[in-house]
Amino acid sequence: MNERIAAVEIVDLSFSYPDGHPALRQVHLTVAPGERVALVGPNGAGKSTLLLQLNGILRGQGHVRIHGLEVAEENIRRIRALVGLVFQDPDDQLFSPTVYEDVAFGPIYMGLPLPEIQERVQRSLAQVGMADYAQRTPHHLSVGEKKRVALATVLSMDATVLALDEPSAGLDPRARGRLIRLLKTLPQTLLVSSHDLHLVEALCPRMVIMQDGRIVADGDSARMLHDEELLARHCLSEDSCE
Amino acid sequence: MHANFIDPFHARDSLLHHVDPRVKLVLAVAFILTTALLPPAAWPGYILVFALILAVAIASALGPFFAIKRAFLVLPFVLAALPVLFTTPGEPWLHVPLGRWALTATAAGLARFASIALKSWLSMQAGILLAASTPFPQLLMAMRALRVPRLLVGVFGLMWRYLFVLADEALRLMRAREARSAALAGAGGSSVLWRAKVTGYMAGSLFLRGYERSERIYDAMLARGYDGEVRTLPLPPMARSDKAALLVGLAIVGSILALEIWVG
Repeated sequence: MNERIAAVEIVDLSFSYPDGHPALRQVHLTVAPGERVALVGPNGAGKSTLLLQLNGILRGQGHVRIHGLEVAEENIRRIRALVGLVFQDPDDQLFSPTVYEDVAFGPIYMGLPLPEIQERVQRSLAQVGMADYAQRTPHHLSVGEKKRVALATVLSMDATVLALDEPSAGLDPRARGRLIRLLKTLPQTLLVSSHDLHLVEALCPRMVIMQDGRIVADGDSARMLHDEELLARHCLSEDSCE
Repeated sequence: MHANFIDPFHARDSLLHHVDPRVKLVLAVAFILTTALLPPAAWPGYILVFALILAVAIASALGPFFAIKRAFLVLPFVLAALPVLFTTPGEPWLHVPLGRWALTATAAGLARFASIALKSWLSMQAGILLAASTPFPQLLMAMRALRVPRLLVGVFGLMWRYLFVLADEALRLMRAREARSAALAGAGGSSVLWRAKVTGYMAGSLFLRGYERSERIYDAMLARGYDGEVRTLPLPPMARSDKAALLVGLAIVGSILALEIWVG
């Protein structure tokens, strides 16, 4: 991939839900390949909606480009192979009867030959430390295990951009620590929506704050997370915006 | 809180558990067909079939009574066959006066009714042993191998996957209701009507949650390239011993059927 082309380029993107509720207003965002960016903001700020735009599940007015490729009907299958979307609730992400079939789902739909599908499933499960769980049923896994398998379902597609919605929600501290360490080993471009400011600090050097469908701040996580006044202004501290 | 108890699969290290799921599915269907095709009152045939299913139960290491007990679940449905008691022509056996009319049960009717009950009970045992010895994902694979429409198998798979998720949600709702079902000392309990209403709300809420979840699952499928076509991994090859088991099993049920037809 050409290093100078942005991994994600969002230009003047606006989106309203069918009920007329505007969820995104004139969003501009450029993410370089390999960058790890956190999307933070109060509930309803538009973080999840923005992630769903990245591979065309939702489409608004404006432009979204992934490695220079426009998110549009004619490119949609290539876009979906490039962008791995991991949903907040792993029970939504893992819809197959077994872990193996779920991780194989993406590669099957990419039309890959069988030996390559098998190789990718094994590699992705090993990468997230779940190789021994291939024949298990997702229902029998713990939340932390489900989250890791959910990540494997997009790693097996060799996605270059990973969009993770609240990856640490519902995890105990140990499982969360393990997930952060795992995410740090990934070379992919990462867009992470999260309320978990500790995860943001540990994982993402860059942070984008969203509020009311707009990007209201964008910069260095370490600096922004210690700017009490900034956090309070955007309803990110405990007694702000009351 | 997990609703794992609704999974009929019982893990054991038995002969039956190691047989290829395709063989088990074909033989279970063949067994049920054979049992259904046995003529009424073919008692020796029923004993043969019962011996066969008992042998399978013993080979499953689940205990001989595992399926026998559970198969009684079928009995309420057998009541649907009650009219044959009175509609089968033959020697009168019992008069049931009903005001101006009287129903006459015949001995042939009784034999027929007993046959239906027995056959349902025996068939049910085959289904129970199949489900208890085969994990559901493997059963789905067997259905695909038998050319059950792929979309239907896909729907079964999703249903099975989310049955547990929905059951978990229902358990949580019920627990939340329990937690708030308080009563003051001396005050009576709530009325049946009120409780029915609460149950109705719970069912509605489960339906809505299920609906919303289905939308999110569909998005998750789209995100990974789903295009409306159901695609799956190719079927694994079948071992020679499993092929042999299939032939032997089919020969046994086939000969029971042939024997009965020849004798009868």
